[in-house]
Amino acid sequence: MEALYATVTGFLAASGLYLALRGRTFPVVVGLTLLSYAVNLFLFSTGGLTTNGAAVIRDGVNDYADPLPQALVLTAIVIGFAMTAFSVILAMRVRGDQGSDQVNDQRGEEPKEEKS
Amino acid sequence: MSLPLIVLLPLLGSLVPLLSSNRQRNLNAWSTALLPAIALGIVIAHAPGVVAGEVYHSSMSWVPQLGLDLAFRLDGLSLLFLLLILGIGLLIILYARYYLAPEDSMPRFYAYLMLFMTSMIGIVMADNLLLLWVFWELTSLSSFLLIGYWYQQSEARRGARMALAVTGMGGLAMLAGFLLIGHIVGTYDMQTVLDSRELIQADPRYLPALLLVLLGAFTKSAQFPFHFWLPHAMAAPTPVSAFLHSATMVKAGVFLLARLHPALAGSQLWLYIVTLTGLVTMIYAAYFALLKYDLKGVLAFSTVSHLGLITMLFGLDSKLAVVAGLFHIINHATFKAALFMSSGIIDHETGTRDIRKLSGLRRSMPMTAALAGLAAASMAGVPLFNGFISKEMMLTETLESGLLGGLAWLIPVLATLGSVLSVAYSLRLIRNVFFGPEAKELPKTPHEAPFWMRLPMLILVGLCIVIGLIPAVMVSGLLDAAARVTILAPRPELHLSIWHGFNLPLLMSAIALAGGVGIYAVRRNLFSFQRQFPQRNALMIFEHSVRRLLQWTQVTIDRLENGSLQRYMLWLIVAVLFLTGSGLLDLDQLQGSRQPQPLDGLLLAGAGITILAGLGTAVLHRRRLVSLMMLSVVGLMVSLAFARFSAPDLALTQLAVEVVTVILLMLALFFLPQRTPKESSGARVVRDVLLAAGFGGVVASLNYALLTRPLDSISGFFLDNSVSGGGGHNVVNVILVDFRGFDTLGEITVLCIAAIGIYKLLNRLRLFMPSSDSEGRPWSRDLHPMLLATVSQSLLPLALLVSVFIFLRGHNEPGGGFIAGLVTAVALILLYIARGVDWAQQRLSFQYQPIAVTGVAIATLTGLGSWLFGHNFLTSAFGHFSIPYIGEIELATAMLFDLGVYLTVVGATLMILANLGKLTTRHRPSKENEKETV
Repeated sequence: MEALYATVTGFLAASGLYLALRGRTFPVVVGLTLLSYAVNLFLFSTGGLTTNGAAVIRDGVNDYADPLPQALVLTAIVIGFAMTAFSVILAMRVRGDQGSDQVNDQRGEEPKEEKS
Repeated sequence: MSLPLIVLLPLLGSLVPLLSSNRQRNLNAWSTALLPAIALGIVIAHAPGVVAGEVYHSSMSWVPQLGLDLAFRLDGLSLLFLLLILGIGLLIILYARYYLAPEDSMPRFYAYLMLFMTSMIGIVMADNLLLLWVFWELTSLSSFLLIGYWYQQSEARRGARMALAVTGMGGLAMLAGFLLIGHIVGTYDMQTVLDSRELIQADPRYLPALLLVLLGAFTKSAQFPFHFWLPHAMAAPTPVSAFLHSATMVKAGVFLLARLHPALAGSQLWLYIVTLTGLVTMIYAAYFALLKYDLKGVLAFSTVSHLGLITMLFGLDSKLAVVAGLFHIINHATFKAALFMSSGIIDHETGTRDIRKLSGLRRSMPMTAALAGLAAASMAGVPLFNGFISKEMMLTETLESGLLGGLAWLIPVLATLGSVLSVAYSLRLIRNVFFGPEAKELPKTPHEAPFWMRLPMLILVGLCIVIGLIPAVMVSGLLDAAARVTILAPRPELHLSIWHGFNLPLLMSAIALAGGVGIYAVRRNLFSFQRQFPQRNALMIFEHSVRRLLQWTQVTIDRLENGSLQRYMLWLIVAVLFLTGSGLLDLDQLQGSRQPQPLDGLLLAGAGITILAGLGTAVLHRRRLVSLMMLSVVGLMVSLAFARFSAPDLALTQLAVEVVTVILLMLALFFLPQRTPKESSGARVVRDVLLAAGFGGVVASLNYALLTRPLDSISGFFLDNSVSGGGGHNVVNVILVDFRGFDTLGEITVLCIAAIGIYKLLNRLRLFMPSSDSEGRPWSRDLHPMLLATVSQSLLPLALLVSVFIFLRGHNEPGGGFIAGLVTAVALILLYIARGVDWAQQRLSFQYQPIAVTGVAIATLTGLGSWLFGHNFLTSAFGHFSIPYIGEIELATAMLFDLGVYLTVVGATLMILANLGKLTTRHRPSKENEKETV
């Protein structure tokens, strides 16, 4: 099971990174979101994979899932949303102001166009 | 103690000239001279004690953490230099009063000059290595201001820049050397360092420390090969040159050699490096001094040459070499300052400094001619002048040196050669300028300079002669005191006199005089010999290399920072792969000792779907809508994974966030191109796939290695204390709102800031609205389907009820502020989607920004509230209450905090989505719009 879990994390990370390396804003945002899923899964697994563990403290129960990574990942999910939202709106703003959705700095190419 | 006053008075003096205007020139000069004159008085008052062997100290703590103290000392060496700096400084103030043209700003000049004087005094009086360095750099800076005084001239600006670059660089090297010495000795206190000679020289760090310190000294004293800045510093006004290059700036380097002589000298390394550098500089510069046509150029190179002579003397291992060096410092300061002043007068009165144009000036300015002639005689080492005595001493010491072993005769021979050249350029200076036929076509008609301008020269030349005639009376006490702190070995008796009888040094002096006259006679042959070499301008070479360096750095920066986000990502990922990969390589094996858990079919299926959806998102990324749907599948599967592995809170959060994220991205996609054009080259795709595969492989391996190793968690503490300390059974929630509440406060603040940032980004955003989707189909005109509207409207109260339920029970069951806030937000957004922004806005007539900000404020105030009860920030208090139908709930201050979280999440999420949604409705084709246009 551990191997399977790790494989899933690896595939998500690889797909996310591939997208993050694209040259247009939207795939990059999607890639970052995918990467944050992979990171959350990874972070979550640092507490071990507990099946049927108790999430809430009850008398006489000893098999709890590790709460600490959960708390970390919970805030990470919300912050990840804020980051995705900010980057995608930034992408829209860039398209609105510059008319392009390319991630690379376009300023360097302008003088060339002037020359030609 | 009045020692700090000696430094402080000139420092204050740099403000005095700024108080009076440029027009009151006499007042300006006299008021400026007042404070350094008092300082000189204090120095002279201490002089008898110092000569008698006393060393005065004064120390205040400044930055004790660095070992930097405001410590000053007044010993023989300091006294010698202080007399030169203050004495010649006062003469320069007088001289500059008459030299500066009416349009030159006199207050500015004097302010710079006094600042420079202060830093020189600081160097010679510093009793702490770091303090010495501080003043050292201050001389570099203030000399930069002085050399660039005529900042409207390009030559002055460039010369000043080069001087600053070279001496500043040397200063930094020197600092490194001082730090090394400080580490060896354990303190920066000067006396301790001077007493730790064996300790320093036995240390392996002695070599780098010595080289670095010498680099500082040699750049300052313009020793070969760092001499090139000095001739270009001649672009400064002549009083500056007279001060900087006779008594001060360049003497700082040789002062350092003398000051650290007890600690650093005596090794073979010192002997060879210092002596040979000095010797080479002396001859090299003397040769070029002979060839220069500019009066100040001749003096500049002769200064370099004489500094080489002093450096050589400080390097030599013979008995009286250091004393001879100290003596020559005094003599060189007097005659060189006088010569610079005479060149200034000539420049001032004739309008040129070109030796080829000047001639026969003795007729029009006899007094200046006489004084310059006497000073030049001293420079040439003619008997009865002070230059003769120190030169004799120098020749004597070179004879006694054991340097170079069997080739030891080379040193006196080369020293004599240097003296020959010195005689030749002195003779050329005087004879060509003052003798011969009267010059024609000069820019100005020459006449004698005013008396007050000649007075400083007169005093200096007088000193040259008096010291030359009765050296024992004039300087032996001072030299003795200075030598006492410079030489550690038993001091030999010092016999200063003009006549030592017929001996070898006297013969060498005679050879120097005769040879000098001979070389002067055949100088035209030398000039034509030199003409076959290409002319090289040090300034051009320096600036060219600086430009090259700048170009190179710019090219490097451009290569690294080329504006390509993809490139930056590449560097980041390569770095991550390298760091993490090397960590993995160190593992013995990937699999740890923990027993793997069993697999089942459901897990396999879930993993398969997740992987396929993840790959699909990447592979189909150019069809953006499809890619987005694939992404949402991944999000849902992740949420299921959290549920499967006993994390219901996470599953709920992930589910709610997933919904919000996908709605957000759908909205954004509406404004962005629906498809990504095919841009990446095949090679780029291969590179990225390989990189991604490598990254995924590393992440998976790391995760697997982590999962199969024994777990040692600190969570036991939270499980044990959750109920007793936080009053809640849901440990995750207790951690969020109580144990790590401060972190959560930070998180919601970030969320709020992000939302406000987005709000501003959307402000006045103009976007292209596609009228149809990517397939060319026009948008549906039925904007708000009845079914969705009805369902969403009836769902809203239910969803709000659920969120209240989740919120209230969050402390003990899965739930809490984050999840409840997201549920509320999703329900409201659904309403927006179903009914449109305008409709919803009419009914929900409140702003979301205040809600989010209020949320953060409530959370913060809750935390601050615990201060009222004398507890730490965010300490929670709780009690249990029973509410009918909901069950027992716990009312804790943590719940108030959670309310803040709830409000922030609702406010921030809706601030983002509602504002984005508003954009879409502005020009969207709707039934009403269509009717209007038809």
